[in-house]
Amino acid sequence: MNPLLNVTGVSKSYGDRIGCKDVSFDLYPGEVMGIVGESGSGKSTLLSCLAGHLGPDTGAVNFDTRIAGMRDTITMSEPERRMLSRTDWAFVHQHARDGLRMNVSAGGNVGERLMAVGARHYGEIREQAIDWLSRVEINADRVDDRPSAFSGGMQQRLQIARNLVTGPRLVFMDEPTGGLDVSVQARLLDLLRGLVREMNLSAIIVTHDLAVVRLLADRLMVMKDGHVVETGLTDQVLDDPQHGYTQLLVSSVLQV
Amino acid sequence: MITVDNVSKSFTLHNQAAATIPVMVGASLQVKAGECVALVGQSGSGKSTLMRMIYGNYLTAGGRIMVGDLDVAVAAPRDILALRRYTLGYVSQFLRVVPRVPTVEVVAEPLLATGTDRSAAIARAEVLLDNLNIPERLWSLSPTTFSGGEQQRVNIARGFAHNYPALLLDEPTASLDGVNREVVMSMIEEAKARGASIVGIFHDEAARDRVCDREIDVTGFTPRAAI
Amino acid sequence: MTDYNFAYLDEQTKRMIRRAILKGLAIPGYQVPFASREMPMPYGWGTGGVQVSAAVLTPDDTFKVIDQGADDTTNAVSIRRFFEKTAGVAVTEATVDASVIQTRHRIPEQELRSDQILVYQVPIPEPLRFLEPSEVETRKMHSLEEYGLMHVKLYEDISQHGAIATAYAYPVKVEGRYVMDPSPIPKFDNPKLNMAGIQLFGAGREQRIYAVPPYTDVVSLDFDDYPFEASKADHACDLCGAEDSYLDELIVDDAGGRMFMCSDTDYCAGRRKAGCIGAQGIPYQEDVA
Repeated sequence: MNPLLNVTGVSKSYGDRIGCKDVSFDLYPGEVMGIVGESGSGKSTLLSCLAGHLGPDTGAVNFDTRIAGMRDTITMSEPERRMLSRTDWAFVHQHARDGLRMNVSAGGNVGERLMAVGARHYGEIREQAIDWLSRVEINADRVDDRPSAFSGGMQQRLQIARNLVTGPRLVFMDEPTGGLDVSVQARLLDLLRGLVREMNLSAIIVTHDLAVVRLLADRLMVMKDGHVVETGLTDQVLDDPQHGYTQLLVSSVLQV
Repeated sequence: MITVDNVSKSFTLHNQAAATIPVMVGASLQVKAGECVALVGQSGSGKSTLMRMIYGNYLTAGGRIMVGDLDVAVAAPRDILALRRYTLGYVSQFLRVVPRVPTVEVVAEPLLATGTDRSAAIARAEVLLDNLNIPERLWSLSPTTFSGGEQQRVNIARGFAHNYPALLLDEPTASLDGVNREVVMSMIEEAKARGASIVGIFHDEAARDRVCDREIDVTGFTPRAAI
Repeated sequence: MTDYNFAYLDEQTKRMIRRAILKGLAIPGYQVPFASREMPMPYGWGTGGVQVSAAVLTPDDTFKVIDQGADDTTNAVSIRRFFEKTAGVAVTEATVDASVIQTRHRIPEQELRSDQILVYQVPIPEPLRFLEPSEVETRKMHSLEEYGLMHVKLYEDISQHGAIATAYAYPVKVEGRYVMDPSPIPKFDNPKLNMAGIQLFGAGREQRIYAVPPYTDVVSLDFDDYPFEASKADHACDLCGAEDSYLDELIVDDAGGRMFMCSDTDYCAGRRKAGCIGAQGIPYQEDVA
């Protein structure tokens, strides 16, 4: 099996300050990788580079495109990259309002990606939107409400529906459960796990919450000061951490 | 099926003056198909550590750990994930699940992960839960609020849902009453009968004597310096 | 004559605007930025249209101005007088006689010929603006043909009103490429955007010029199951009896009495002159028109 994503030597600096340095890894179809580290560790910079929001200084981000096989998404043209980000990729922002159109109804938010790839039948678009709302546990009768009338957890679920409606293969998530109540977090985690399995999604999840990655991620990458200090199976990294920083991180988690 | 060959392990505590603690040297054992081997030795002698190394949960410093064709000691994460999905099951002492997920789904999950049809997976989960005397009214609830014994049984049901060729059992009968202990014993015997290789830790001597073909004292793998 | 340069603007400025117009004609529907000048009238009164008219007028032209179809509103009259004074061109109210027609919010009912130019006044040239506030982003969307958002607006219409409620400034796709705001004309006029004449659009405040060359394919956006409809009031003109023209509704008394009449005054007058008469009409008289 070929990797879906092959990242080699990705580095990004902001002047003298290192964003992320020489990051390489493979991600296979159906695999979920967590990237953990504290604020400023470079995990968000790395995610931006991978998702094409930020151009890295060096390195390649090869993605297994449906049409042309492995392509470096950094050197491909912007229209191609934006097309990928509408079809094969999804990006779930920490703050739902960064990923939603707050002045457009829930149905319109979910339907946008469909219309962006050419759907022109209102009834079918609406049907798919309602189907996706139910899959993320939002009642069909909310389809015409604006996200501003939704709770934080519902907004986040709507963002996920909006992203997954076109059947992407790779999902980038930036602190998807950040800022949510613990009970809402649990529901979202459950939902994400189910979707990842049903759709055979690959995902890269950036978070500082080790409990989230333990439940969601197959593999883990630990970052500190822009460098990857440790990688491995999630439970192995958390239960038998090798690097001093990871040991500190794991031992600093409050036990409930 | 399972071959542990001259395996060693140490922990380095970077935040405690980088102290390196060797915990295992020269560990070797072999488990054939249909065989159940018990790890014995006093508390802290490394039974759980060795079991976790076989599962890939702990890294291995030296030696080989063959499970089927895969050397877990050096395997890539995704190969270990595939091994865990199809070949190697693990019943730990603790149940770790996503909150809010119904018990029946928790038990069916290993089957769903191997691509089993959803209704078949759920049906199998229900049979297991029923056999282990988990009342039906609890099936739709999350096991996070269950008693210790109930959680243990959910964990066992989950571990036996898929017919793994190799199984690791960490105290499967602890905190179980007589009736359920008997159920678990027969489940282990059934697994042996279908040819599963099993490595287990049993404090319950009667249970150990009944299902285990051999005992391996891990005290023999404890480094001299650490004694 | 006058102390002003012909048609008010200096020749350099007119050349600059003509270059923008030519570029607009070369890339139908594409918004060409231009250095909009201060004009002796407030923004919103047609400064974009006036600059485009000034750039295309020649001394031989015959000029007509309509505002919502009418030749006799303040805005239409003042712009017509402006060019009478600064360019000395002939003016007319008859669509067939005009070579350049400046319009606000209508397309004349009379089909335009290939020797005529229609100049639109445009308040907001960017059709994506209401959904995407960032100019950088909307330009990128145009350049990459990412027009899904335009349909989101129509989707919202249907989900809220049961039909596409957008009645004017209805978005169109020009020659299969650029999505364009046809200025706030009623959607009744959208089919007429496919015409023999040259169509030029000027937005003074937003500093954009765009164009639709003759015989260009202009398609109104819609859904397969909610096709575009060029709607009008279901009525005939009460003055001339026309059933095919866009109508204005007029409240005529305090009892809520109302009448419908052609928004295109020249079209209505022409029909009445030819003897057509509506339900509340009276026979045409020269001085009453």
